[in-house]
Amino acid sequence: MKRALRLGAQAVLYAAFAAALGYFSTSPAFEPLPAGHALIRLSLNHAGQRKFECRTRTAAELAKLAPNMRAPEDCPRERAPVRVKVELDGSSVADIVAPPAGLSRDGASVAYRRLPVPAGTHRLRVSLADDAAGTFDRVREATLRLDPGRVLVIDFEPGQGGILLRHAPPAEGPPK
Amino acid sequence: MIAAASLPGPGRAALALARVESLFDRAFGERLNPWRHLGALGFHCFWICCATGIWIYAGFDTSAVGARESLAAMDRNEWPLGAFARALHRYSADALVAVTALHLAREAARRHYAAFRRFAWLTGLVVLAALLASGIGGYWLPWDQLAQWSLTATMEWFDALPVFAGALVRNVVAADQVSDRFFSLLIFLHIGLPLAMLAAMWAHVQRVSPARTSPPPALAWGLAAALAALSVAKPIALMPAADLGLVPARIPVDWFFLFPHPLMARLGPEGLWIAAAAAFAALAALPWATRVPRAPAARVNLDNCNGCARCFADCPYGAVVMVARSDRRPHARQARVDPALCAGCGICTGACPSSTPFRSGEALATGIDLPSPSIGELRERLEARAGALEGAPRVVAFGCRWGAAVAALADRGTATIELPCAAMLPPSFVEYALRAGADGVLVATCREGDCEFRTGEALLAERLAARRVPVLRPTVPRERVRLVHVGRGDEDALRAALDSFRAGLPRPGTPPAHRLPPPKRQEKRHG
Ligand code: HEM
Ligand code: SF4
Ligand code: SF4
Repeated sequence: MKRALRLGAQAVLYAAFAAALGYFSTSPAFEPLPAGHALIRLSLNHAGQRKFECRTRTAAELAKLAPNMRAPEDCPRERAPVRVKVELDGSSVADIVAPPAGLSRDGASVAYRRLPVPAGTHRLRVSLADDAAGTFDRVREATLRLDPGRVLVIDFEPGQGGILLRHAPPAEGPPK
Repeated sequence: MIAAASLPGPGRAALALARVESLFDRAFGERLNPWRHLGALGFHCFWICCATGIWIYAGFDTSAVGARESLAAMDRNEWPLGAFARALHRYSADALVAVTALHLAREAARRHYAAFRRFAWLTGLVVLAALLASGIGGYWLPWDQLAQWSLTATMEWFDALPVFAGALVRNVVAADQVSDRFFSLLIFLHIGLPLAMLAAMWAHVQRVSPARTSPPPALAWGLAAALAALSVAKPIALMPAADLGLVPARIPVDWFFLFPHPLMARLGPEGLWIAAAAAFAALAALPWATRVPRAPAARVNLDNCNGCARCFADCPYGAVVMVARSDRRPHARQARVDPALCAGCGICTGACPSSTPFRSGEALATGIDLPSPSIGELRERLEARAGALEGAPRVVAFGCRWGAAVAALADRGTATIELPCAAMLPPSFVEYALRAGADGVLVATCREGDCEFRTGEALLAERLAARRVPVLRPTVPRERVRLVHVGRGDEDALRAALDSFRAGLPRPGTPPAHRLPPPKRQEKRHG
């Protein structure tokens, strides 16, 4: 009798442990985005232009260098930071200056932003500058309908036409 | 004499925990109480997880596009026992986290982090970190939306570090699908991290000896059955295939592993770094930040050591090593104590053949002894207190500083002696007490399996039952010796045990059936 009680109590404790495992292995559920929101991710990995132009070395300068180092041009390796602005329906949601990586500032600029936005149709304007003067000479504008839970990735690939909008729904006309 | 306040002893958290554990004693019995096997249960979960993991891997498609479908096929049982193995893999991993968390909480409550336990504590933290990393990485492999969410959040977390700055997350956002090369890296991580964890687990148990890494069979089967039943009752479900253009509205989070992601949503990536670093730093600093009273280390007395290695065999922390003889006595080896590893429990003193009180000499010395109480002090106390007993029957009660407080029993007919660990008691002291005038000897240890020094209570029980050297000699009448298992807080049970023991001892006036002659100290020196 006592043994049966004990085994019963053990069974209850095992069941409680298993139930706790089963429950917390999926619950409570988590909502990664506020209800009715879509997500814009801005992600880029782009090397800005050289900050300084190459300069031709004078003969005197060349003579001072070791024979194997006598390159006719002196090209400082430092790059310009990459700047990105994102405007949504006319107001700025991101304004980023991504410095070049590396000790000599000659690496690529990397940036990432997570921008949850209310779902719906939005006018998006992305502009990017990657030269020393900070000229926003790359611009992309679009009107998009972002449904709840949709992700739009803003990326930059000079070889693929500049500012990219990944996973973008088909373009729409201006909002009514 | 050391002041009582600075003596080691159970703290308040340990006592509260003991109350919880005593409820489990009622269901499982003391020996099988899962609270006393949490580390071993962790190993058990780990092995289940490994076995099921290998089974799943054998049928797993290692490409990003094929992974989910191969697991979906398993869930349809196109791979033998696929759905069951997948569920068991997850639940044994979850159980490992739960058991580890309880193990950590228990060791912390018992203040098991400082001094000779520091190594186990710190390596435990490494195991914990490897465990969480292994499990989170496991969630990436099905490459469904849960995987995508977890991987993205993890990359976002690491991207908060200046070295990455946003480069990692591009693996998950800057393309239409993750590359197979990157996916292979994830698979490699989920094999490599658990292996690293196993190495850390191995290191973790290096300073306990012998480590109990497998739970008693009844517990092992009980837990395995519970996990198997859960796996059948609640199979796990894949989410839809990963879609980098989508964030799922609701994520069924495995809170055992994936809790850092919702936490990061609250705190931000930098905030999560600060919280995680603070939590680990606080745990890692515990061995230095708090003052845990510590007993002085044992010392070897070569004049009384014959190199028999019993102390080496019984030391629960591997603090004794047997080394080549450093004096000119004709024994091959001698014991040596590493004070940094020594718990000061005295279990070695209880094991040493030289610890017999029947030896001659004003001051009793043994091969390996504690500075306080030393074996000589114990004999003096025993002689003084047993000699002062009045009435009948007279009882000497030995107890443990960590178990039920034996001092409360002291009265005209009861002498009490408290030890750092009950297993410091050499069985010959029991016989000596009977010869010195006691009618009975009560030995009180902690509850079974609950020894502060891991194994003392079990070793002592074996010695008294003459199953382990040094044995309680067969000539000692067993009805005059009583072993009781009573933890701190069980003082009422201890008193009841004493009363029933005393009631069963031969009545005063009856011819002493099994009375031993008074002690005669032998001239022979051991060793
Ligand atoms: C998967 C994770 C872990 C496993 C499998 C594990 C396993 C074990 C095992 C088998 C023992 C030996 C028990 C014995 O024979 O008495 C042990 C002891 C110990 N563990 Fe763990 N452990 C884990 C994690 C941790 C963590 C996270 C901590 C705390 C930070 C920790 C702290 C300790 C301490 C302090 C001891 C020594 C106990 C003593 O000195 O009596 N362990 N562990
Ligand atoms: S004689 Fe005592 S101290 Fe020496 S090895 Fe044996 S048990 Fe250890
Ligand atoms: S006192 Fe305990 S820990 Fe120290 S050497 Fe003896 S048995 Fe080992």
